[in-house]
Amino acid sequence: MNARVIPYLLIAPSLAFLTVLFFVPLVQTVALAFQSDGTWSTATFGRMAGDLNFTDAVINTFEIVIIVVPLQLLLALAMAMMLQHVRGGRDIVLWIWSIPLGISDLAAGLVWLAILTDKGYLNTILVRLGVLSGPQSWLSYETPATLLAAIVVAELWRATAIVLVILVAGVQLIPKEYGEAADVFGATPWQRFTRVTLPLLKPSIQTALILRTVLAFEMFAIVLSIGGRNFPVLVSEAFNWQYNQQDFSVAAAYAVIVMGVSLAATLIYLRVLRTPAAQR
Amino acid sequence: MPIYLIALGAVGGRTVVNSWPKPFLPPADLSFGTIRDFLDIAGVWSSALYSVEAAVLCMAFSILLGVPAGYALARFVFVGATTYRLLVLLTRAFPVAILALPLTVGFIRLGLYDTPLGVSLMHTALALPFAVLVSASLFQAIPRELEEAAWVFGCSPVRAFLRVVLPLALPGIAATAIFAFVISWNEVFAASVLTVRHKTLTAYLLSVLSESPLHVQFAGGFVLIIPSVLFIFLVRKRLFSMWGIANR
Repeated sequence: MNARVIPYLLIAPSLAFLTVLFFVPLVQTVALAFQSDGTWSTATFGRMAGDLNFTDAVINTFEIVIIVVPLQLLLALAMAMMLQHVRGGRDIVLWIWSIPLGISDLAAGLVWLAILTDKGYLNTILVRLGVLSGPQSWLSYETPATLLAAIVVAELWRATAIVLVILVAGVQLIPKEYGEAADVFGATPWQRFTRVTLPLLKPSIQTALILRTVLAFEMFAIVLSIGGRNFPVLVSEAFNWQYNQQDFSVAAAYAVIVMGVSLAATLIYLRVLRTPAAQR
Repeated sequence: MPIYLIALGAVGGRTVVNSWPKPFLPPADLSFGTIRDFLDIAGVWSSALYSVEAAVLCMAFSILLGVPAGYALARFVFVGATTYRLLVLLTRAFPVAILALPLTVGFIRLGLYDTPLGVSLMHTALALPFAVLVSASLFQAIPRELEEAAWVFGCSPVRAFLRVVLPLALPGIAATAIFAFVISWNEVFAASVLTVRHKTLTAYLLSVLSESPLHVQFAGGFVLIIPSVLFIFLVRKRLFSMWGIANR
């Protein structure tokens, strides 16, 4: 067989699969969102924006992304740096920290629901410590601040692991000599971190941020399980329109919005955190 | 730690969930009662089975389609390789929602709607990019010379691949397969949208979220978590090398 044909034969099945199950539906959704009654229009978006939950959903989604993603990055960076100084039991610590990686957002939401319900574990501790006199509800419609906080904590617990894994993998690729050289030249640990480690980690940070931001915009099951319909986000609204209202066009419009913001975020990260080719 | 608490909620049953203040130790009459009750609820067993079915299919598809592509990326220099790699990476930037919605219509037409096969196809679209990139890095890590040595000794390229390269790559491929399984097992949105009666476990839990009592929800969450924790334990050694190279 001709050696020039082989690679194309090898990638052909996966390419065909992705075309049918990825690019075609992608185009279809966009078409669905921008059409109504067979003509191109933005009427669907008008219907979506007119919905009561729309503004809330947009605000909530952005709130969560803006709070969660930077916190996760900082947390994961701190954890990765701590790991460098752990000698014994490093593997165990890593394993425990990466457990949430395999846990679905739905399950994570349920876990935190168990802790934060009116009769949950948090209230038990607080009452026992004498902070509260009786059960306090955290997740109701009247307490949007704590509801948001609960979702943020649950997201932090669940999804920091993936950032950590990417960063640790990145740290392992940095040659030890660089840090040692910095020490020789009298750099403080902080200088060493900001001048040597951080710039070299940039590609990993970029990957982690892109992945996390896209996934944070998609977040939905964790919100539904903790907040129910009290806390609409973009994807839960898409789900609602598709599933309960059977209005596929509006659901598609929501999906297009999510795609738009995800792509925009990806492009921004790619630009802001790009590594000049000479530094690779 | 939080996992321990949901485990309490799951095995403790109705009494623990409604008790106040909460006990932190397992109840004296520790039973797997709620989990059993939970599994007795019509639909849970079958939905867990659908989940497994979809996840196994997803695993098989991702490996069958992804590994050859990964091999091509690692071993051959060909026009379009960079474009292909970029294309695969790009798929990660799109939300599931945008894919799942039109597929509903397409799947109804093909008779795939509401079947584990349909769900697994959707999930494969999510897991495949990952499988391609990781297996590419796996093959890159295996010295080309080993393969060439096999050719010199008279192995056909196919035989050399099967006898020399594949055994070396197998642990990594297994880890990739497990990851595909976990991706499918955990996915909620597409599974919910693509099924009605034959729901996977995540979709089933989501649909009963607002109506079922808390201890049932906790039991469900616990059942969802167990396999994931096991799998992460199995692949823990490979986790970091996988992501480290998948970065590049």
